[in-house]
Amino acid sequence: MVMEIVCPAGTPAALRAAVKAGAHTVYCGFNDETNARNFPGLNFNREEMREGIAFAKSHGAKVLVAINTFPRAGGEEMWHRAVADAEACGAHAVILADLGLLAYTAKTHPGLRRHLSVQAAAANADMINFYGTEFGVKRVVLPRVLSVPEIAAINKETEVETEVFVFGGLCVMAEGRCSLSSYATGRSPNMNGVCSPASHVEYEDNGGVLDARLGGYTIHRVGKGESAPYPTLCKGCFSAGEKTGHLFEDPVSLNAEALLPELQKAGVTALKIEGRQRSRSYVAEVVRNFRAAVDALDAGRPLPTGMLARLSEGQATTTGAYKKTWR
Amino acid sequence: MPPSDAPIPRFPQPLALGLRVAPLLPMSLSLTVYARRIAQSHPGLFKRLGEYDSTPFVLDPTDLPIVIELQPNKGRPSVRVVRGAGQGEARIAGPLAALLGLVHGAYDGDALFFSRDLVIEGDTSAALALRNAVDDAELDLSEEIARLTGPFAAPIKQLMAIAERRTGVSLSRPEEVDLW
Ligand code: SF4
Repeated sequence: MVMEIVCPAGTPAALRAAVKAGAHTVYCGFNDETNARNFPGLNFNREEMREGIAFAKSHGAKVLVAINTFPRAGGEEMWHRAVADAEACGAHAVILADLGLLAYTAKTHPGLRRHLSVQAAAANADMINFYGTEFGVKRVVLPRVLSVPEIAAINKETEVETEVFVFGGLCVMAEGRCSLSSYATGRSPNMNGVCSPASHVEYEDNGGVLDARLGGYTIHRVGKGESAPYPTLCKGCFSAGEKTGHLFEDPVSLNAEALLPELQKAGVTALKIEGRQRSRSYVAEVVRNFRAAVDALDAGRPLPTGMLARLSEGQATTTGAYKKTWR
Repeated sequence: MPPSDAPIPRFPQPLALGLRVAPLLPMSLSLTVYARRIAQSHPGLFKRLGEYDSTPFVLDPTDLPIVIELQPNKGRPSVRVVRGAGQGEARIAGPLAALLGLVHGAYDGDALFFSRDLVIEGDTSAALALRNAVDDAELDLSEEIARLTGPFAAPIKQLMAIAERRTGVSLSRPEEVDLW
């Protein structure tokens, strides 16, 4: 079986570009708090969602709607409406994280396929099977903290399909449990759909030395000619004790292209590309490369390599936790 | 479409020098007409700006001696070409070819930013909203200019195509092909 390429789309134009470039599946979200990538200028209104899904279907591709933040007490209505609208728009599945919303969707929209978001941080087979049995979850997006042998172990013990991140920004902790961003900005992925939000980001260039600040704190300073960092808290350069450096993680991004054969052997169903905030040009280029790679793998041809480094944060990549070589 | 890993072309110096003395008012007026035309044909662009649909932007082509002040004005944009730093809440600066390439989807904004070919200052959120809205609008600036020129549309488009091939600067939206 060819592994499925699941590609991000922050805008209708990116959705069309992804489908044309060969994405099997595209994921996107509504332009409100129900979506863990609630960035300015991004996402879909209801009409755009309906049109985007129709476009994808006409090209043989599927659309997943991410409704993967945690509903506010007393504000659940917005999340319930998002689920109903995703179904009405013709979504292939919804990607959910909150237990209550999963229960609600399983009960009131039983025909709508349910995927478990990475935000739910389900990282072992027992937990995944619980979601499968209780809420009919058909697929889980695994957190970016597992190694390939751990993924293989999970797949041996579950019927729920697994989807893993292979390219793009790296969230070094189980994203659904990380509140780092809220300490500097008051906003975090779980509550507001944003980590280290752009509204709290400031850059200052002093004769080529670039400071990147988040919520008033300098997270990074780079010299002339060094690549510019986005001040994501976990990728900042800090001084603690005797050490100064990237104490959590370097500002690099994930590229697991070389691991595709191992991931296939580990029983992975789908390969997820991160980056709903990226342009249609990026989306098309990444999809083209990964589609060529999975098709080559399926046909027993060697994998094309060395693609895509230029597009990455810090212009450097890592295989992340899959190889467990990082701090 | 220029190959995306080729170096970003710089505006020819002698022509840039000419802009030092060129009258700015006619440029501002024609760019305003042009921007309003684009707003009419792509209303979604300004809607997508959301809360930033009245934020003043400065677009700074770093290889030219001018900057462009863009006031989106909730979909009735106005443009002022000025010398010096310009005034606005968010500034996007980079070589003209990079800015045009962004509009046409020939370059990825984040990649240009990481490589520091593009610099963002001021309200980062507003700058990202503008970038995302422009990326979604799938603009073709040559097409828009040609539409404004009525009977001269065809020769203008040909001229733009020649200029694009000669300079490697993205002046129109590349054709997209369905690969699958
Ligand atoms: S701060 Fe880092 S680890 Fe935490 S959610 Fe953001 S990207 Fe993930």
